[in-house]
Amino acid sequence: MSLNANGARPRRHTVVAIVEDKPGVLQRVAGLFRRRGFNIESLAVGHSEFAGLSRMTIIVDGAGAPVEQVQKQLYKLVDVVKVNDLTSEDAVERELALLKVRCNNVNRHELLEIAGVFRADVVDMATGSLVLQAVGDADKINGLIRMCEPYGIRELSRTGVIAMTRGQKTTTVHESEPEAIARVHQSQGRRVESAELPFSSD
Amino acid sequence: MVRMTGSQILLECLQREGADTIFGYPGGVVLPLYDTLPQFPAIRHVLVRHEQGAAHMADGFARASGRTGVCLATSGPGATNLVTGIATSFLDSTPMVAITGNVARTLLGKDGFQEADITGITQPITKHNYLVMRAENIAMAVREAFHIARTGRPGPVHVDIPKDVFQEEAEFEWPDELSLRGYRPTTRGHAGMIRRAAEAINAAERPIVIAGHGVVWGEATDELVALAEKADIPVITTFLGIGGFPETHPLSYGFLGMHGMYHANMAADEADVVVGIGMRFDDRAMGRFSDFNPGATIVHIDIDPAEIGKNLPTAVPVVGDVKRVLPDLAERLEARDRSPWLRWIDGVREEHPSLEIRETRRLIPQQIIRALYEETEGRAVLATGVGQHQMWAGQHYFYDSPRKLISSGGLGTMGFELPAAIGAQIAVPDAEVWAICGDAGFQMTMQELAVCVDERLPVRIAIMNNGYLGMVRQWQELFYDENFVSVAVTQPDFRALAAAYGIPALRVETRAEVLPAIREARATDGPILIDFHVDQEENVWPMVPAGASLAETIEAPAKELAR
Ligand SMILES: Cc1ncc(C[n+]2csc(CCOP(=O)(O)OP(=O)(O)O)c2C)c(N)n1
Ligand SMILES: [Mg+2]
Repeated sequence: MSLNANGARPRRHTVVAIVEDKPGVLQRVAGLFRRRGFNIESLAVGHSEFAGLSRMTIIVDGAGAPVEQVQKQLYKLVDVVKVNDLTSEDAVERELALLKVRCNNVNRHELLEIAGVFRADVVDMATGSLVLQAVGDADKINGLIRMCEPYGIRELSRTGVIAMTRGQKTTTVHESEPEAIARVHQSQGRRVESAELPFSSD
Repeated sequence: MVRMTGSQILLECLQREGADTIFGYPGGVVLPLYDTLPQFPAIRHVLVRHEQGAAHMADGFARASGRTGVCLATSGPGATNLVTGIATSFLDSTPMVAITGNVARTLLGKDGFQEADITGITQPITKHNYLVMRAENIAMAVREAFHIARTGRPGPVHVDIPKDVFQEEAEFEWPDELSLRGYRPTTRGHAGMIRRAAEAINAAERPIVIAGHGVVWGEATDELVALAEKADIPVITTFLGIGGFPETHPLSYGFLGMHGMYHANMAADEADVVVGIGMRFDDRAMGRFSDFNPGATIVHIDIDPAEIGKNLPTAVPVVGDVKRVLPDLAERLEARDRSPWLRWIDGVREEHPSLEIRETRRLIPQQIIRALYEETEGRAVLATGVGQHQMWAGQHYFYDSPRKLISSGGLGTMGFELPAAIGAQIAVPDAEVWAICGDAGFQMTMQELAVCVDERLPVRIAIMNNGYLGMVRQWQELFYDENFVSVAVTQPDFRALAAAYGIPALRVETRAEVLPAIREARATDGPILIDFHVDQEENVWPMVPAGASLAETIEAPAKELAR
């Protein structure tokens, strides 16, 4: 890792964005990062717990831009519904990697031992190579890659990191406020103010 | 519910959104829409001569009236011609809905005739954009587009519609509710932050307000005047904030920035608390960020949270609509007498007069603008181009109300003047609208003269004809050792050009001719052009050289004052 102008270590930030599942949303986010000079280390997108909403996990190199600006600029996109910085949260981060590593009858065993240490699965085996599947945080995957390098990595594919907070806390989007007020109203038999809701709309 | 074509739905929705004017230009894919236009006689279509003009007209329309401007173009080249105008609107945060046609759905992505990925192109220069793939989605897209364009921090929204979607039939249903879960502008300021802002200002000896375009768009002039008067705080504006605070008010100290008033720049540099209101601490206003008044506590009030802390470290951020925040803030401010501070600024102003027009026999643009101010008693609307004449129009006319100076501040788009003036004249038919043009900028969009004729618009066109790309010439003189390259610009005979359009025109070459020409133009019913042959080498002062700090503002050198 290199030092930035202030002599401080660049910080990796894990930003989660809940976005409308609409055509072009990926381009909007990618375009924003490009234009503002924010560096994406990895980006993973998939469905969220709500139909119509996708969840993006973006690993941002904080040296390029203050992460607060990244979050605020993301929020300005109309298709972005929620943004959370999980960097200082107690969160699980996971990435999946597939590695096709060269091997032969002599060293195959060694390689399997390495895979065992990293709890990587062997998902394919051929005479000259095998495919390992590893799941873990970036450090673990980087460690496995380093160990496999001497054998020759023929192909590497990483999904990018996805992340989730541990415990009760979530990065989720609640249903619309009026509906929720109506529901609480029904269950409690009285009118509630939006301040009483377990979430806020802004 | 009624079955309607996509074209009918679009026009019905525009009408319901209160859009009575469309600035547009037809072409293949929008023909179904044009075919439908006569069914909506309440919508006036203004046929421009270049789509850039359509976008600037929509923008001028919006800036003069506060209403959302609408422009329309065909696919491909029509759409790309709008781009400069959309970007101009984006950088100055004005509400605009730009509509384009695109090739039929089956042809999208096939590089067919006149296809351009226009939503891909406009994505970074719009607040939001839409590619509407079904007629049944048009109503919601238009509804959202207008909502997004005019709420929060305003901006342009682009709606792209393939040709066959205009022709497709769908049930028309006016969406009563919007469900934009990702778009909820904050309007009310955080009470705790407002309290902290008030504490900072109450403790200040030398507070200053810098008011921006947000005061104009937030319609918060009265609230700002009340606040400034209560706490006796001097107010300066950004270039786009001009008119947001009445310039003849005793607490008004002009505008700051690269060609702002000397005393305004010094006051911003000397203040102990700087209160930015509806502005974004842009580099043209603030000079070199790293050296902007390091001792000042910055209070920043703006509706866009992303502007806070973007350029300068902010001590007290208040996110909200200035119209709502200012009264809350004013309530917590102590009534104070800050005359020592005001007298200090007055002293700087007296010693370094930036707006004094020197005695000279030359015809200089400053005199013309000042004469226009006096003749119109400050009541005209001025739409400018970009360059020296723009700065003089900002400096030497005094604007006592918002929406009187219409100018491309953020993008700095030459050629804005004439179409913006046309849009303004259409939006506010009773206003006296003057296009203050550069001789070069005018040549970028002068084909819109035809629109003045078609629509019988009494736009007064004043060309500050210095034979140069004046502002560029000034930079080459001052910063490139007078190495003048490609800045002398030849022109047509503007009088003959106007005559070719059937527009009366005057030429002014001496000081004595200025007033009679202005008077004649004001008395003329219809468009008229005045070609002012001004001194060619006049420079704009004061000036903060690019990359310098406000404290390094340079005034007119003695040799220039003697010219
Ligand atoms: C579209 C565009 N191209 C180039 C520029 C760069 N530029 C800024 S001012 C200027 C000269 C403007 O000349 P003119 O319109 O005659 O106005 P003057 O400065 O002479 O008053 C130029 C070329 C610009 N702002 N916009
Ligand atoms: Mg010129």
